[in-house]
Amino acid sequence: MTLAPELKDTSPEKLLAPVLSAFWDEDESWTLDVYRRHDGYEGLRKALAMSPDDVIAYVKESGLRGRGGAGFPTGMKWQFIPQGDGKPHYLVVNADESEPGTCKDIPLLFANPHSLIEGIVIACHAIRSSHAFIYLRGEVVPVLRRLHTAVREAYEAGFLGENILGSGLDLELTVHAGAGAYICGEETALLDSLEGRRGQPRLRPPFPAVAGLYACPTVVNNVESIASVPAIMHRGKEWFRSMGSEKSPGFTLYSLSGHVASPGQYEAPLGITLRQLLEMSGGMRPGHRLKFWTPGGSSTPMFTDEHLDVPLDYEGVGAAGSMLGTKALQCFDETTCVVRAVTRWTEFYAHESCGKCTPCREGTYWLVQLLRDIEAGKGRMSDLDKLNDIADNINGKSFCALGDGAASPIFSSLKYFREEYEEHITGRGCPFDPAKSTAWADHRTEVNA
Amino acid sequence: MTTSSSERGVSLGMPELPAPAYPDDVRARLETDAREIIARYPDSRSALLPLLHLVQSEEGHVTRTGMQFCADVLGLTTAEVTAVATFYTMYRRRPSGDYQVGVCTNTLCAVMGGDAIFEELQEHLGVGNGETTDDGKVTLEHIECNAACDFAPVVMVNWEFFDNQTPESAKRMVDDLRAGRPVSPTRGAPLCTFKETARILAGFPDEREGAVEATGSAGPASLVGLKLAKGEAPARVVHPRGEAPRDTAPHEPSPAEHLSSHDAPQDTAASDPSHPSPTTAREGEAAPRPSDPAGPTAEEGE
Repeated sequence: MTLAPELKDTSPEKLLAPVLSAFWDEDESWTLDVYRRHDGYEGLRKALAMSPDDVIAYVKESGLRGRGGAGFPTGMKWQFIPQGDGKPHYLVVNADESEPGTCKDIPLLFANPHSLIEGIVIACHAIRSSHAFIYLRGEVVPVLRRLHTAVREAYEAGFLGENILGSGLDLELTVHAGAGAYICGEETALLDSLEGRRGQPRLRPPFPAVAGLYACPTVVNNVESIASVPAIMHRGKEWFRSMGSEKSPGFTLYSLSGHVASPGQYEAPLGITLRQLLEMSGGMRPGHRLKFWTPGGSSTPMFTDEHLDVPLDYEGVGAAGSMLGTKALQCFDETTCVVRAVTRWTEFYAHESCGKCTPCREGTYWLVQLLRDIEAGKGRMSDLDKLNDIADNINGKSFCALGDGAASPIFSSLKYFREEYEEHITGRGCPFDPAKSTAWADHRTEVNA
Repeated sequence: MTTSSSERGVSLGMPELPAPAYPDDVRARLETDAREIIARYPDSRSALLPLLHLVQSEEGHVTRTGMQFCADVLGLTTAEVTAVATFYTMYRRRPSGDYQVGVCTNTLCAVMGGDAIFEELQEHLGVGNGETTDDGKVTLEHIECNAACDFAPVVMVNWEFFDNQTPESAKRMVDDLRAGRPVSPTRGAPLCTFKETARILAGFPDEREGAVEATGSAGPASLVGLKLAKGEAPARVVHPRGEAPRDTAPHEPSPAEHLSSHDAPQDTAASDPSHPSPTTAREGEAAPRPSDPAGPTAEEGE
């Protein structure tokens, strides 16, 4: 844990780059008026003056990559939509943010919903779509309210509806509330859900770009990806490329949570490190040290304090053995039992497994049984290999990425914290006191002192 | 088959009769809403999730009557509707309270205190997971990650955010709810009932004055990075915690105490004859239909 010499300048003004979050501290930031005061819908004007193919090429050249986890280039996704096929095309925005630890799209939509709506209009112009959907997870009514309002404002101002800004583009936008199912964040399960079915993933191919919603060509993009497009159009791809790295250009929202002094949203160029984020924000909570963390939600293999200097971009995190995912930086200090954490995540995956494929449905169930036994001090040493074995039978062998996600915390925690598992087995129980991990634990100690 | 088996005194289970319909005035009103919902989609079946929110807004949970209504307006079988209604956790399958209090017990919130909050609320209210207080006000449950980890530990009430909670603040909040005192979230609008919330989820905007504006542009944690970037001092998030939690012996929950809500099959409204639809007549009074191929299976009827 030596400090890298080049980290002398930790001034937040230089390291952070608020774009989407730039005016969240203003009154009524979610309204059309405030958005337009900050150049809102200027990117759209520019895009509408371009041909759809030119818009796709422009977004491709900007290097924007999907912010929902996989990092697929957004412009390329748009380019896959067949043109002149005579079928309706659809844009579906994935606002089903449910990955444990992930909390960027919800505050973004609460404070700045128009950035998404403007991005939707630009994307629909590009892929020649006249009907778009926002699939918002249902459990966030405050965000639903603001989306309802923002969409109404956009219709009234002529940014949605017929002949948008005189361009000839017609676009209808439907806000759709889900009903509670993590699996609907998987794009094909989301499409099934939007068609009024159980949210279960589809076999691919065909990919959604060919046969998506109602078997028509469909683009499914994450909220943050689409919301980033207006700024790229307005301020230029060169501006966007001036941030981040060659392969991971641009800005993004990092969500810091857990045992840190200042949890919250930090918008920065791709490639910032956790060390830089912690140094500027007061570090871990006083008197504690980082034990383990996730770079992008519970489905991304966990890191430890050895990884504080990993550049948080797609390549950097990948090279260190994990995935950038949703940039949900969940930080846990030394009071946290890693077995407890992994057990709870695994219970989540078992709960949310849609049941369609056997490796995930059965595998997550048995992982939970083994982990609960280990946590309760009833495990055996052979259970650790069994955990690895079951996770291996889920990983890469299940229908969709939910299964792979369930295997990640198992593999990575056994890799870095096998001794802690063994301690639960040999000591016949958990050596940690959960009360010490709570947000009020240290406050209580002070009061009692 | 059923006749002969009952004649022999062998209970093989009667196929359940079709669900009773809504009263005419209710049905007419819901049909108007349903038409508006269906019109939003190129294909009517896409309206099923919002329609299930709509029938939940009528009765507080998804009843067999509600599912029959959805099937009727969409031209689906009740089996198709039931399959969807039982897949998603936000559809309740039995009568519940006016306020659904959901404590996040996914890893991060659990570690930060969600487990302790859930434990103390169960004790304080005298109910377990998924149960409702006797006064019908509060249904307590544990929920999964609700995308607010920077505000942990989080409690959701009727899907409005109560951030940075403690056992004390959560207990005060449920006491206020049960006493009928107005309760406001840290992010979101002053609470309305669960039924009113379900109507917003069906896609009908909240018309209450000030509901959209309530609690301002963004929560404190959402602004931490922005303030740093503007050169403002690192803002420690101010937690609305009130006094410190009372000093109790640390609870050490056994893993068995946290059971996933999917561990056991849940009753559906269809398989739960002790909780018929509250707005309709008793099932026996409905005109029997000779066969309902989409109806519940025989083993559920007994």
